[in-house]
Amino acid sequence: MTTTAAATAASVAPAGASAAVPKAGFDLLPLALVALLALLGWPLIGSTSTWLTLTVAGLSMGMIIFIIASGLTLVFGLMDVLNFGHGVFIALGAYIATSVFAGMADWTGSAQLWRNLAAIGVTVLLAVLAAAAVGWAFERVLVRPVYGQHLKQILITMGGMIIGEELIKVVWGATPITVEMPEALRGVIAFGGDAVVEKYRVLATLIGAVVLGAMLFTLNRTKLGLLIRAGVQDREMVESLGYRIRRLFVGVFVAGSALAGLGGALWGIYQHGVVPQIGAHVNVLIFIVIIIGGLGSTTGCFVGALLVGLMANYTGFLAPKVAMFSNIGLMVAILLWRPQGLYPVTNR
Amino acid sequence: MLNRLLSHDLPRNRGLAIALVLILLGLALTPFLFPGTKALNVAAKIIVFIVLVASFDLLLGYTGIVSFAHTMFFGIGAYGVAIASTRFGPTWGVIALGVAAALVVSLLLSLLIGLFSLRVKAIFFAMITLAVASAFLTLASQLSEFTGGEDGLTFKVPEALQPGTSYLDAPLLGASVDGRFATYYLLFAVALALLLAMLRIVNSPFGRVLQAIRENDFRAEAIGYRTVVYRTLASVLSALFATLAGCLLALWLRYNGPDTTLSFEIMLDVLLIVVIGGMGTVYGAVVGSVLFVFAQNYLQDLLKIGASAVEGVPVLAQIVSPDRWLLWLGILFVLSIYHFPAGVVGRLRALRRPGPKP
Amino acid sequence: MSSNLLTLAGVHTHIGAYHILHGVDLVVPTGQVTMLLGRNGAGKTTTLRTIMGLWAASQGEVRFDGRAIGGTAGQRATPEIAQLGIAYVPENMGIFSDLTVRENLLLAARNARTVEQMDTARLEWLFGLFPALKKFWLYPAGKLSGGQKQMLAIARAMVEEQRLLLIDEPSKGLAPAIVQNLIAALRELKRTQTTVLLVEQNFGVAKALGDTVAVMDDGRVVHHGEMAELADDEALQHRFLGLSLGAHQ
Repeated sequence: MTTTAAATAASVAPAGASAAVPKAGFDLLPLALVALLALLGWPLIGSTSTWLTLTVAGLSMGMIIFIIASGLTLVFGLMDVLNFGHGVFIALGAYIATSVFAGMADWTGSAQLWRNLAAIGVTVLLAVLAAAAVGWAFERVLVRPVYGQHLKQILITMGGMIIGEELIKVVWGATPITVEMPEALRGVIAFGGDAVVEKYRVLATLIGAVVLGAMLFTLNRTKLGLLIRAGVQDREMVESLGYRIRRLFVGVFVAGSALAGLGGALWGIYQHGVVPQIGAHVNVLIFIVIIIGGLGSTTGCFVGALLVGLMANYTGFLAPKVAMFSNIGLMVAILLWRPQGLYPVTNR
Repeated sequence: MLNRLLSHDLPRNRGLAIALVLILLGLALTPFLFPGTKALNVAAKIIVFIVLVASFDLLLGYTGIVSFAHTMFFGIGAYGVAIASTRFGPTWGVIALGVAAALVVSLLLSLLIGLFSLRVKAIFFAMITLAVASAFLTLASQLSEFTGGEDGLTFKVPEALQPGTSYLDAPLLGASVDGRFATYYLLFAVALALLLAMLRIVNSPFGRVLQAIRENDFRAEAIGYRTVVYRTLASVLSALFATLAGCLLALWLRYNGPDTTLSFEIMLDVLLIVVIGGMGTVYGAVVGSVLFVFAQNYLQDLLKIGASAVEGVPVLAQIVSPDRWLLWLGILFVLSIYHFPAGVVGRLRALRRPGPKP
Repeated sequence: MSSNLLTLAGVHTHIGAYHILHGVDLVVPTGQVTMLLGRNGAGKTTTLRTIMGLWAASQGEVRFDGRAIGGTAGQRATPEIAQLGIAYVPENMGIFSDLTVRENLLLAARNARTVEQMDTARLEWLFGLFPALKKFWLYPAGKLSGGQKQMLAIARAMVEEQRLLLIDEPSKGLAPAIVQNLIAALRELKRTQTTVLLVEQNFGVAKALGDTVAVMDDGRVVHHGEMAELADDEALQHRFLGLSLGAHQ
């Protein structure tokens, strides 16, 4: 008995001929784009401290966008379902944030950080639960009957969004609601000279990083994640291996909706207020992100979100009028380079 | 004769035919049958929407392309007339200039979009058009010197169309024959012509190829039709018709702003109408537009009645509120997709057809 | 009849408007390798897919171990069919290109949650049959050569003990030397007395591995019998396969 298979499996480089076998090469090029964009911005912006401020702001915005968009791209990759109504979950999360903040006003008004964080914690929890519940209903009622029919999916999910937006108006009213930033999270932290970063953005980035970490862990280190990744590539083969992947669908849809709710709550706070159309507005942005990233790719979604965040902040500073077009321009440029997005999912 | 006028695309259902005739007569005689500005406004809106929705159906129903950028062309047409009239004064020549300029811009944009769509898959395309339309809306609001920004542009129309211009001193059969009267019939005539033109297009060999492409573009390509060319042409034609609809609207309203033509709500309205009316049938646009505009104007009144009945009841009052008419329309929309996939027109036509023979 | 693990009786399959299988009668004896031969378009792949439940039989019955798994007697879903112990190696191999060799195998091992939980002895056996797997363990499967992918596909079907293997044209597009490796590997499998239904166009492979043979044409099984019998009878070969053994060595 030589080495056990387990040891073999666990070892990083199988014995013998390791020189000829490179490990799974990770395509770093798109990731480099983020750095490239950041570097491009530097001379255009001029002042280093401003550039630092904008870059950090852009990256943190990208994090929130990533949280929101990750669910959508996974749902599309796995289930071939394009949910044009994803904005409903975003809006729901944002509006729940307004209610929680209103209800816990003394906690958000308090100067004690832990109280503020608790309030945000409650917000996030409720947003996730509500969005998950609505997501489950959405899948059941609207999406399930139209699996495989893209046109009907687009129409029905849009219909779902209209209904959702109107129901939100029923519950919360149609006028914009402002959200007061919690007391201890107001203001900025200075770093690197004159550069500043809003305290809230740091928190949002941290939350985003946790979500990203959890997603990557689940996808790459668990069998469940393995199933999802395989299912994105070849659903039929996964079924032929004996897995009921359709049961997974609902779970992924609900998870995606929950993530959108979480992101929506963070976004609502980030924007200092909500309007009923918040879902529709962010929808466009995340569509751009997942197209850039490649439909179905989580990594692509992440890179795309960072690029969009950076772009939005740079152009917001340099030329606010072309902000929206800049994102479209970015999308077009990337599609011309890689028509399927930065990290196309093979076998699609 | 009628056959040729309608390009052999007959209603094929008595109920539908009757409805269409009623609509035609109703619209043709609105100033006489329904006096008052509100009725005339509703009718004008219906007319414009018929052209707009029919042009969208050309793209969606006949060619199978989902594009959310349609309202962009609608807006270009309206802004073309508005900007030209604002800058150069209200003459027919200026109107013609505005229309021509708008058509050229639409032509170029739709060409670009159409060609780009073929590099990417359908889903991508739908999302991209959504993004482009959004961006255009923002642009229109922001280039205020040019477009009047959020407030839009109010302008004068040529003297012949001005409300103050009176053609007959006394009302004719109940209708005052003035500039509005003239404008209304201008809209009616142009819209009718455009509608018949669209009927001609979808029933021509070109239209048949579009439908073949919609059904199975792979096979169409294999047979020898260059789907690229056909799809792009369909995009361009659809955009041009939408542009003209925009020009008509601007002439009627004597105003245009970002929310009048470019808003996402209008895109959704068009989508709703085309689905409820019936995709891939030009008549669907007609029937659907009438239903929709009526609903939009009178459903709210209906809801008011309902709302007063449940006043005070917490959630119910909010749901039945006339402000939430879009909610009901949204529910109707979703139900239509389930149960009326062919829309009202499709349903009517299916009724007439006998069951399949053994 | 109980010695037949899989039986198809009068199976018709429609795909959309196309009527592909016109009443397939097939038996797969337990513990043997049954070859399914026939020209392109005869319906071999469709038969496998119908067994697997990927396409539903519109008429007839598919029975596995006496239980109905497809057709008018009751159609089961593909995951259920797989869980009964049927492994499918499709024509396109069904390799998950973005996943590593390790992950591909782990996915196929339904009873293992992590690699450590996999049957180590079995893995060693597989490594012995397919050394490339061990060598490219952490390599994304999409980067393997055609022959290596095929080995991976078959290894996946063998990573846990299965009652029936359905393999679709494994030798397709492979160089002759690799085909020899394939035959050796499948011979090993045969040694374990696993029941196999093997679709092939390469008669050399068929002759080397098959115990029984069924020949399909136009969506029907037109000949059924012992492999040895077909291999010895050139006239029979000409009639059903339009070729002679010598031409395909």
